[in-house]
Amino acid sequence: MTTLLPLEGVKVVDLTWVAFGPWVTKYLADHGAEVIKIESTTRPDIIRLSPPYKDNKAHPDRAGLFTVFNSSKRSLTLNLKNPKGLELLKKLVKWADVVVENMGVGAMKNLGLDYEQLVKLKPDIIMVSMSILGQSGPLSFFQGFGPHGAALSGVYALTGWPDGEPTSNTLAWPDCVCPWYATTAIMAALDYKRRSGKGQFIDISQVETTIHGFAPAMLRYSANDQVTNRMGNRCDEAAPHGIFRCQGFDRWCAIAIRDDAQWKALCEAIGKREWASKFATLKQRKANEDIIEKAIDEWTAPQMAEDVMKKLQSIGVPAGVVQNAENLFADPQLKHRDHFPKLDHPVMGKTTHPSWPAKFSASPAQLKPAPALGQDNEYVCTKILELSDQEFIELVNSGVLE
Amino acid sequence: MLSPYCVLDLADEKGLLAGKVLADLGADVIKIEPPSGNPSRKLGPFYQDKESPENSLYWMAYNTSKRGITLNLEKPRSQDLFRGLIKKADFVIESFPPDYMEKLGIDYHQLKDTNPQLIWSSITPFGRTGSYKDYQASDLITMAMGGVAFITGDENRPPLRLALNQSYTLAGIHCVSACLTALMYRNATNQGQHIDISIQEAIATTLWSSVPIWEFLNINEPRMGNKGTYGNFVFMREVWQCKDGYVVRLPIGGLWGAQDWGGLASWMEEDGVIGSLKGVDWASMDTTNLSQQQVDAWEADMARFFLLHTKVELEDGAAKRGMKLIGVQTVPDIMNSKHLHARSYWKELDHSELKRTIIYPGYYFQSDKTKHGPRSRAPHIGEHNKEVYKEKLGLSAGEVESLKQQGVI
Repeated sequence: MTTLLPLEGVKVVDLTWVAFGPWVTKYLADHGAEVIKIESTTRPDIIRLSPPYKDNKAHPDRAGLFTVFNSSKRSLTLNLKNPKGLELLKKLVKWADVVVENMGVGAMKNLGLDYEQLVKLKPDIIMVSMSILGQSGPLSFFQGFGPHGAALSGVYALTGWPDGEPTSNTLAWPDCVCPWYATTAIMAALDYKRRSGKGQFIDISQVETTIHGFAPAMLRYSANDQVTNRMGNRCDEAAPHGIFRCQGFDRWCAIAIRDDAQWKALCEAIGKREWASKFATLKQRKANEDIIEKAIDEWTAPQMAEDVMKKLQSIGVPAGVVQNAENLFADPQLKHRDHFPKLDHPVMGKTTHPSWPAKFSASPAQLKPAPALGQDNEYVCTKILELSDQEFIELVNSGVLE
Repeated sequence: MLSPYCVLDLADEKGLLAGKVLADLGADVIKIEPPSGNPSRKLGPFYQDKESPENSLYWMAYNTSKRGITLNLEKPRSQDLFRGLIKKADFVIESFPPDYMEKLGIDYHQLKDTNPQLIWSSITPFGRTGSYKDYQASDLITMAMGGVAFITGDENRPPLRLALNQSYTLAGIHCVSACLTALMYRNATNQGQHIDISIQEAIATTLWSSVPIWEFLNINEPRMGNKGTYGNFVFMREVWQCKDGYVVRLPIGGLWGAQDWGGLASWMEEDGVIGSLKGVDWASMDTTNLSQQQVDAWEADMARFFLLHTKVELEDGAAKRGMKLIGVQTVPDIMNSKHLHARSYWKELDHSELKRTIIYPGYYFQSDKTKHGPRSRAPHIGEHNKEVYKEKLGLSAGEVESLKQQGVI
């Protein structure tokens, strides 16, 4: 028996590609929406062409990154340079409740598919355009990627060592944050439509959403004229607050002391009982953070990171192993929450399709494998657009579905 | 957009953003604090560096558009009031330790019969069940346990967290998205439910590249400082020091990359510093076939080039040459951005108690039909007690006063 999913009956035309756009439609699809991802055989989503590949064989249906962002969707290949291809896409818009895209600003207009045109096809359509900087404004022409968004929203400037450079990483943090503002916008718009009958156009920017994660630094500049800079792992509210070397190659444990009781317990554990009273206040600990960190480092260095974590947690001190990808797959808590389900992918076989951090008591997400390129062409044409078998075959033969 | 809905927000810093987004989107969000104030009021920075519960800029940043009441959940009489409020609410958001509310007898499963349509979100570091559920944490710990710290920072220094409490804001926005997902379910079934959000898992979700790299190659994606890997683990620099700061340029390949590299090389030629980049055919350059030695030679010359120019010179020149290059924006750069001002992103809120205004990040998206964003500053402790207890529970001003004296609210 399958339970009803929250977004069952919601129909989505998915014109997103790469990472942060497809993540949005994955969320919708995993929670029950019917999502038709539109690509073409000549220009598949470029993430299908990015390593790593299953068994190291480069192929659009063997890209690991594609499975991360595209579970539970249907895949349709459509040649939009062929007028019939564009016509089919317009038919899908008439069928859809939501159209999501993250092409360059202006690309939808060039296709004749901007909001003004979509409304003519479907008056209550919800259209969501996702971009680095939004659809208007002097920099909207800038077509970048997540790392550009990270540079523009404060992630890089504020992350790093005080004596070092702004720090990037492979995540492209805005790619990881903006999608959930977009799913929020889409569901708020669906509820608004339920109540008012009206659709809407939503313009969502990586930079504008990501800045909310740095709001205290913005208020500080506005209210106090103070500029927040890079602080490494330290912070004003807690000390010690750092990551310490443990036994083995690249093994580390994070420790964060947030109150006096935790400090006292840590002092006992590291054999510095006298420090409990000597550095009793946060102010004293901040003033002596260098020597405190050095002592912790000396204590952790000969120990396994897991042992440090368990020892400190058992006495109520916040501590956590700096986990690498291998550790995440073995993490008992993430296993308990089934974070890395392995689904039977049509080409790759059992492959990890990551799940979600929110677990629903009544309507849990149901993940299906990411689609092979064009695997649902027949289904979409005959079942959704209700074309006859003959019409479908003609579309195949005339190259419309390529 | 969400004006019909009422939210009871009991969260501390781990979940403040969730209630804020719902409030800024129009919901009636009632922040319920203990009489001494929410613990997050102790977080800095503080207005004019004056430490007090009403001066926390952290609190102000994440509690806009909410109303605030006090309620001491540990007193039996307060629990009756809480049950009364539950009947009027659509959503509850809380971030207490997993068993805290159950011990008080006011957890979701103990109250759901009072209001079967209620949608209740719990935000905890590791989730409400499982072997780590009682582990102590903070943003640094969930960043470490979720996998972000391992890949952030220089390869020869300890791992780093991202600045400020990014695991809390990430979990917060996941919470909003989940609340609305449950609302969609409620619209279809008339049933509420419980949502269990793990901050560690929210962080693990962001490891989009490390996960398949481990699964397919059995390699732990390493910390690369300011470098990225563009195939075959050749590391290429993304952040460059220039005359007055830093810029980001992605050394990508393919069609876009050819234009970018070509533009850069011709610019370096103009400046007379082309060095080892001379004569390369960028159209056929394949980033997956480069050697680290080759990349290092190019980068030594590129480093000299970037130092010749300011951020703005590099941005302007890159735009002319069709290159994807942008300056690393500091907080003042961001707040003075012509682009963000042209889009009317910032919102100036009145702080009459401080006799001034403060500028806040504004909307989450733009819409042609609906408007949203911060409407009012964060509430003071118990600021809306009289108003809310009258409106929701029909209590008189006298009754509210007497509850206050009994330490109930």
